[in-house]
Amino acid sequence: MAKTILAVDDSASMRQMLAFTLTDAGYEVVEAVDGEDALEKAKAKPMNLVLTDQNMPRMDGLDLVRALRRLPGYRTAPILILTTEAGEAIKSRGRAVGATGWLVKPFDPQRLLEVVHKVMG
Amino acid sequence: MTIDMTQFYQVFFEESAELLAEMERLLLALDAGAPQKEDLDAIFRTAHSIKGGGSTFGFSEITETAHVLETLLDRLRNGELSLSSEMTDVFLKAVDVIKMQLAGRQTGSSVDEAAVRDICTRLSTLGGREFNASPAAAVPVARRVAFGEGGERIVDPSPEKLFAILSAIEERPAEPAYGLFAESQAPGAQGQSPEPPAPSHPMRRASDAAGAAPARTGRRASDRADGERSSIRVSVEKVDQLINLVGELVITQAMLAEATSRLDAAVHQGLLNRMGQLERNTRALQESVMSIRMMPISFVFSRFPRVVRDLAAKLNKQVELKTVGEGTELDKGLIEKIADPLNHLVRNSLDHGIEPAEKRVAVGKDPKGTITLRAFHQGGSIVVEVADDGAGLNRAKILAKARERGFAVHEDMADKEVWQLIFEPGFSTADAVTDVSGRGVGMDVVRKNVRGMGGNVEIESRPGEGICISIRLPLTLAILDGMSIAVGKEIFIIPLTYIVESLQPAREDLSSVTGRGRLVHVRGEYLPVVPLREVFKIEAAHTDIHQGIMVIVESEGIKVALHVDELVGQHQVVIKSLETNYRKTRGISGATIMGDGKVALIMDVVALARGSYGPLLRAA
Repeated sequence: MAKTILAVDDSASMRQMLAFTLTDAGYEVVEAVDGEDALEKAKAKPMNLVLTDQNMPRMDGLDLVRALRRLPGYRTAPILILTTEAGEAIKSRGRAVGATGWLVKPFDPQRLLEVVHKVMG
Repeated sequence: MTIDMTQFYQVFFEESAELLAEMERLLLALDAGAPQKEDLDAIFRTAHSIKGGGSTFGFSEITETAHVLETLLDRLRNGELSLSSEMTDVFLKAVDVIKMQLAGRQTGSSVDEAAVRDICTRLSTLGGREFNASPAAAVPVARRVAFGEGGERIVDPSPEKLFAILSAIEERPAEPAYGLFAESQAPGAQGQSPEPPAPSHPMRRASDAAGAAPARTGRRASDRADGERSSIRVSVEKVDQLINLVGELVITQAMLAEATSRLDAAVHQGLLNRMGQLERNTRALQESVMSIRMMPISFVFSRFPRVVRDLAAKLNKQVELKTVGEGTELDKGLIEKIADPLNHLVRNSLDHGIEPAEKRVAVGKDPKGTITLRAFHQGGSIVVEVADDGAGLNRAKILAKARERGFAVHEDMADKEVWQLIFEPGFSTADAVTDVSGRGVGMDVVRKNVRGMGGNVEIESRPGEGICISIRLPLTLAILDGMSIAVGKEIFIIPLTYIVESLQPAREDLSSVTGRGRLVHVRGEYLPVVPLREVFKIEAAHTDIHQGIMVIVESEGIKVALHVDELVGQHQVVIKSLETNYRKTRGISGATIMGDGKVALIMDVVALARGSYGPLLRAA
């Protein structure tokens, strides 16, 4: 069965790019428009990986990671934060809330698949 | 694996256009004195999203402009700078510049590079002004990069230097593109992509590495994403194809209904029941398919706060814009076409309608004028009104102008007739031609455009109190509710929206007036009788106007009585263009296929009413 990835971004074009690239690589993709939407969708269906934007309305990426880690099914699931910053601040905060790793935006599809393969084994 | 990024461009363009519209709306709603943090956050986020998309899809020039804008917005929302009305102006100009850059990418239209540099410089200057006051605060992008690179401090953010620096950023060695916390305690030490990105790759890391603002948690703002929570984008062609097919289905269903209506109900009860079900389902399907094309009129209204703000400043008037019924939906095709006429009417109201503040005060009015845009459903049509509380139309001036132009007018004309004169080509009562409006090439074009959409324009005006111009449009362009009437062997469709009533007049209510044809007296009004058998030169069952039926129709305030043999029924008909299938025909606006497979012509009521009215006006 195809592994499911939850792609969270408030930008429709980013979601489309994520969904297209990952679906093309054989993953099933569920899209969410912000942290709260993602949380609902993550509760409804177990995800093998969560990719989330940081800067979003309603609930941002870090808050989403924090909330997901409290859910029984997501204690160990890989969660990557997509961020426009490569600075230490976001990295240490990402680690603090329990994210698996980060990916700097903009990224190209190849780079995305590379890191996805890496965390999903 | 290579993925063609160009396939995502369209969504990016649409998304950016929405984001820019949202930014503009938020900027216009901002209270310069006390901006809400939430609004500033939301404005920041729109710039941030455009920047992110721009860099992902390789539109570096858009990323650059958005970045400079974002940097300033970020400082603003963090309270490092305070909002000034000058800033709002520059932000709005930046929105225009990004729109221009997007258009350049999307349609290949020319981009004014000087304007781009100018806006980037102005944005940087706005940020730089308080730079000296708080040196520790965030530094505009160019400077911060310069610090990071070699400690060089750029005091002069000249466009050339800014651009040189921004392009230099792209050549910096790439930082690690991703990293995993568990693998390394020193994030970024590994995770470097083993293969460097191909130089021709459309995406560049551009200004992102230049240091966006630190992220902040817990942002709350009006949520743009809510609306698209569960929506998909479909091309208009696909929707139109669906609408056409449903139209055909409606015709087929009507034919089936017609064929089965002659069956014995007792014998074929099951079949007839299911026919009823088919009819209901077809109608429901048709309605929901039509609704796909419907868009709220806010898509058009949303551009006007900006228009009014800019023009009012230019004309030195105080004007407030009110919008009512933004959620009213109409066909996407109409949305696109109504923008120009509305724009013209709003400009007219600003320029000629609303008086200067001192003049308003002199007559005891609020110095601030109001323009109201209102949309609502009325029967089978949508009404869009542009109203102002200005001076209203000047009857004497219009009549004088009409005489000057050689129109047949007289003092006793009803106001409604007088107002219609301003729609005549080349008619303008403006004292001075301004560059806002008043060249006299406007109102006739407005009327032409609105008629082209199957609608009409009406004016109500009171001297000193203001004017209300209403545009009445059909709900959709593809289907209309009509009354089928018979004249001899022919069936015609009269659009229901025009019908006031149908009656059989008493003998004493009919009279003949020399030179005016026949008139029918209906509740105190004398209406001209239009015998359809004469208009279309066909043989009718009733040549005597005392027999048959009068269908009273109204268009543009003109009422006429159409003389027909009988009323057949009421239908929803699918409009087929007569022009594309045959040729343009006076008095006929289109055709449709009836349940029995016969073609029925749809009457052009506007032209019929006008035709009967013309001679009346000349005779007077």
